[in-house]
Amino acid sequence: MSSVVKLDNIHKVYDSGEVKVHAVRGVSLEIKQGDFVALMGASGSGKSTLMNILGCLDRPTEGHYFLDGADVSHLDRNELADIRNRKLGFVFQGFNLLARTTALENVELPMMYGRRKATRAQMRERAQHCLEIVGLAQRADHFPSQLSGGQQQRAAIARGLVNEPQVLLADEPTGNLDSRTSIEVMGVFQKLNEQGITILMVTHELDVARYCKRNLILRDGQLVSDVVVADRSIAEVELRRLKEAESAAKLIH
Amino acid sequence: MRFLSTVFVALRALRRNKMRSVLTALGIIIGVGAVIGMVSIGNGVESQVEANIAALGQNIILVFAGSANQGGARSGYGGAGTLTIDDAQAMKSEVRDVIAVSPEVRGASQVLANGLNWFTRIMGESEDYLSIRQWPLAEGAMYTEQDVRGDAKVCVIGQTIVTNLFPDGDPIGKSLRIRNLPFKVVGVLSSKGFSTSGQDQDDFVLIPYTSAMKRFSRQNFLPIINVQADSADRIDQIEQDLTNLLRDRHHITEGRDDDFRVQDQQEIAEAATATTRTFTLFLGSIAGISLLVGGIGIMNIMLVSVTERTREIGIRMAVGAHGSDIRTQFLIEAVVLSLLGGALGVTFGVALALGISHFLHWPVTVSAVAIVVALAFSGAVGVGFGYYPASKAAQLDPIDALRYE
Repeated sequence: MSSVVKLDNIHKVYDSGEVKVHAVRGVSLEIKQGDFVALMGASGSGKSTLMNILGCLDRPTEGHYFLDGADVSHLDRNELADIRNRKLGFVFQGFNLLARTTALENVELPMMYGRRKATRAQMRERAQHCLEIVGLAQRADHFPSQLSGGQQQRAAIARGLVNEPQVLLADEPTGNLDSRTSIEVMGVFQKLNEQGITILMVTHELDVARYCKRNLILRDGQLVSDVVVADRSIAEVELRRLKEAESAAKLIH
Repeated sequence: MRFLSTVFVALRALRRNKMRSVLTALGIIIGVGAVIGMVSIGNGVESQVEANIAALGQNIILVFAGSANQGGARSGYGGAGTLTIDDAQAMKSEVRDVIAVSPEVRGASQVLANGLNWFTRIMGESEDYLSIRQWPLAEGAMYTEQDVRGDAKVCVIGQTIVTNLFPDGDPIGKSLRIRNLPFKVVGVLSSKGFSTSGQDQDDFVLIPYTSAMKRFSRQNFLPIINVQADSADRIDQIEQDLTNLLRDRHHITEGRDDDFRVQDQQEIAEAATATTRTFTLFLGSIAGISLLVGGIGIMNIMLVSVTERTREIGIRMAVGAHGSDIRTQFLIEAVVLSLLGGALGVTFGVALALGISHFLHWPVTVSAVAIVVALAFSGAVGVGFGYYPASKAAQLDPIDALRYE
């Protein structure tokens, strides 16, 4: 399988006047199509910086980033915006849905800035389809304030999927969710991954990382560990186990 | 598609903050309304002043005979016998855009009627004189071209003559005597009152200039000829043509001075309209300042809006919006606000102008030009004052914008 993401000796130095901060120090990395990677690290390890570079929100100071075979390390603002639009999907910790805009319209948002010509009806249909994939079709007309955290995150995932990206990037996607909803959202990711979508997520929770296929650990701007997850958690199983535990607790009381 | 959706997004943002949008637009509404209202009042005053000036007689050119020199004593203009009736006729027939000519012979005499007498001015003029001076008759009619040609003994009199010689009224058809010659009264002029120089403009008797020349002045030359031009902007050319015509007719060779003088009233009219134009400009610019303040209000709100929606901007950029998309979105918001304000302001301004003319009875002219200019200007205010906030939004860094709380 071909590499969707290939990092070649990436450095990022923030030059804020007197002090130079070397946030990422020579990271090389390959992610194959269909992979499901968790990027972990303590705060200050450079994982946010690396994620920004991977998300084409920022450019590396040094090194090359090949996304889908093309070098995107030195593109300008607008070119990066187009790459984000066409090849990347974003899922954020804080969901980042537009308030007072329905779930469906939120999902349509990336298509608005796309280069593909689509009619309003086609866009609507495509957005609706993505909401179905994440199991939120019934809530298409709801505003974010009318949705639970897990539902908001699903809408955000649907938005990430709508332009059929090469990679779905998730930045602490379960950070704002309770444990049960976290498992549900990880279940959505696992389902998408089974359908062949490449996923890269940043997390600091070990148990969340165990739902992925591969774990990377970043420390002081360098990759210190790259392991395949041996005993993967499967969301369906974990959910069933949680339910059993809950009902058991009820029996006791 | 991209542009249309951006327009749609901008409109929706405005609809969401209805109260804020209305208050922001209010600045422009008042500004445009004030511009329209003030300029309408100014235009009204301007056209009234113009009408007043027109009442003096419109587009009149006066041609004076030159001054005479008798043994070293020089007379004023009109003294030399250089202008003739033939000159006057040539002016009318040979100079383009001259619509009326009235040779003028002035005199003064004791006038008698009804056993009363009065010393007054006698003006010999052609039948066109009243139309040149735009002077309406109160009663009767002006004497005719035939009367002029036949040097008839007819006259038209001013109101002061009526008061002093015909105290019982109804002078039409009666006769008065000028130097023992009876003249039949055919018309009475409406009153003009005193002139700015203190002369009673109603105190004179108007008779055909031919009668005046034949019976009183006994001269065959004219001191003054009144010429009326077709339109104000032709006056300079006509003056030139008149000069050329007269030099030619009087056989004045190159390098020698004119034996006549051509003068117009343009200067007075220009000074008066310039004054009122300044007045309009003054009112308009005061109103323009309030439009400017309205624009600053828009800029203020747009800046607040950009800050408030930093996260939204970050999200849009993360999913692929270019800076230009963001700029367009905010610029459209600003322009829609100001155009909406402009349209409402026009309505408000026209209502203001009509209200003023209705209740205060001021002359008011609502001009289409002012409306179009005010609308265009409010659009420009939107672009001008919206550009800075919109550019600020467009230049945001997506990473910072997404992290903004």
